Amino acid sequence: MADLFPPAAELTASGRPVLLSNEIECSILSAVDLECDEIPSFPLLKSGIIILTTHRIVWISDSTNSSNSAVAVPLAAVNHIFSSKKSIKSMFSSPRVRFQVSFPSGGGLRSAVVTIVIRGKGDHEVFVSKFWENWRAKAWENDDNNNTKGSSSSSASGPSSTGSGGFYSSEGTVRMVGVSGILRKEQEMWENTDKSLQEAFQDLNALMSKAKEMVTLAEKMRQKLLSSTNSHSGATNDDEVASKEEIQDWLLSVGIISPVTKESAGALYHQQLSRQLADFVRTPLDIAGGMISVIDIYCLFNRARGTELISPDDLLLACSLWEKIDVPVMLRKFDSGVMVIQSKSYSDDEVLARIRTLVSKPDALQFGISASDAARTLGIAPAMAKEHLLTAESKGVLCRDVSPEGFRFYINLFPEINSEDLYLVKNYTIYATWIKAVTANRPR
Amino acid sequence: MQKLGDFKLPHFFNYPPYFTLQPVKDTREKQIQLWKELILDYCRTQKIFVIGLEEEFPLFSNSVIERSLSHEARVAFLSALVSDGRAEWLDKGHRKCLILWHRIQDWADIILHFVKNNGLEDSVMTVEEIRSGVESRGTELQGIDRTILMRALKQLEQKGKLAIFKGSSTDDEGIKFSV
Repeated sequence: MADLFPPAAELTASGRPVLLSNEIECSILSAVDLECDEIPSFPLLKSGIIILTTHRIVWISDSTNSSNSAVAVPLAAVNHIFSSKKSIKSMFSSPRVRFQVSFPSGGGLRSAVVTIVIRGKGDHEVFVSKFWENWRAKAWENDDNNNTKGSSSSSASGPSSTGSGGFYSSEGTVRMVGVSGILRKEQEMWENTDKSLQEAFQDLNALMSKAKEMVTLAEKMRQKLLSSTNSHSGATNDDEVASKEEIQDWLLSVGIISPVTKESAGALYHQQLSRQLADFVRTPLDIAGGMISVIDIYCLFNRARGTELISPDDLLLACSLWEKIDVPVMLRKFDSGVMVIQSKSYSDDEVLARIRTLVSKPDALQFGISASDAARTLGIAPAMAKEHLLTAESKGVLCRDVSPEGFRFYINLFPEINSEDLYLVKNYTIYATWIKAVTANRPR
Repeated sequence: MQKLGDFKLPHFFNYPPYFTLQPVKDTREKQIQLWKELILDYCRTQKIFVIGLEEEFPLFSNSVIERSLSHEARVAFLSALVSDGRAEWLDKGHRKCLILWHRIQDWADIILHFVKNNGLEDSVMTVEEIRSGVESRGTELQGIDRTILMRALKQLEQKGKLAIFKGSSTDDEGIKFSV
């Protein structure tokens, strides 16, 4: 198992790589092959998407079906990147990038040369320079340091294993032991937090460069809030809990650490954006009950992206690409032109049943419901509530009442009324229930 | 139960959507059906022969729930009666509608019954006598709309059951039965 190289990479439901903590995507190219002649077991990796991140090179097969496969080469394993030779031959063949990696094999380390063949039209020179840049930046080492220094980060990110034991860490600082250790850790954390806050707000540029840390900070604060609510749940009053929850929600929506940008994805921009969006919408969709308006998602998505905002057109394009890739969400356009995002498992029947219950209540039987009544009860936007009501009407569940008082919906009694005998009321029908409700509440 | 004069209204008369023309096909068809029945019922019991669209018509509004039919809805319901042969527009502008709770054919049969019951097979009557004479008192012919009566009589004339002869004014249009 240890001999398996390159290792498989985890993917999200919509076929985007699951990023490690602090990992950021830098460049994406399509129609890329990975080749290695020296390893017999090296799989056939033809014309996929290659994503260069600060930590890894991820290769994803470019198939639209659900069985996406992916492998990842950690940059930490790269020993050497060969600079490409400029020759006449190289002008006509596809650009290639060769690099040497070492990997564990049979107890020892083996090294091999891997070639990236770029067949697509992407800007390979940018890719190569980013590759160099990230390889030299050694972002994974920062992670290791963070882990050693010690917040309780349990993520086994990167190919790290800081095996140093004893009271001293590799840098020689005192390791955190016992209560004093916890206090020291706390103190250190606050100092760091204070420092990064001060630095961040010096000017906008600084903020931009600190964006990643801010996201991490936000995440940490959220965790802290979460744990403190748990431990003091008995003592805190409702107000505090509510405000804490609010802050949590806030912090929760802060961050997509590695937004897909035109710069990083190039020609694959919309496709990758589409996949990232599909991953992103799942949480708000769950909260909204399976359907959410495109406008709401536009706001949430851009807030999560922070600085790399996308245009409404990009969002629509990304949504419309969902049809072509296998994702659990879809774009839906109502007859009125209102557009929503809904999960594929979402069913109109469920909403229909809820509306039916809503209009069967005694008050609603007598006075009907308006779109805003439905919005309040169903917990959705009025525009969407109206769409649901209109759908229910078209299915014969509801019928409308237009009067100077407004536009209201009632449960549809027409099918239950006998047109042969206008006065006939069958027992145990909604019509009978309605008559009871109306006569009971009649003021006169 | 709510009443309109001595006319007993069905429960659904207080159902607000009953007064809004429904846009969904199935619902609308049922709504129109119910309105057709109610209009015919009401006109039959109240002996109403003509509904003027621009005049107040008690059935077309409900003060209890403060709803009334729009002009469009009135036209839709009456047009449905017209296409069923249970009503006729009296003018091209669709402002007055003749309600036929009995079809002309049925009215003609009623007249024949009336003639036979009263032994008038070979007699002569004026049109006005049929509408308000002693013989017609208590029958459906009492107070019948003149237009409807004339149409029924003309149909009978074509079948050779009677002859209409004109006097100097409408009042003395005479009918010679020959049943």
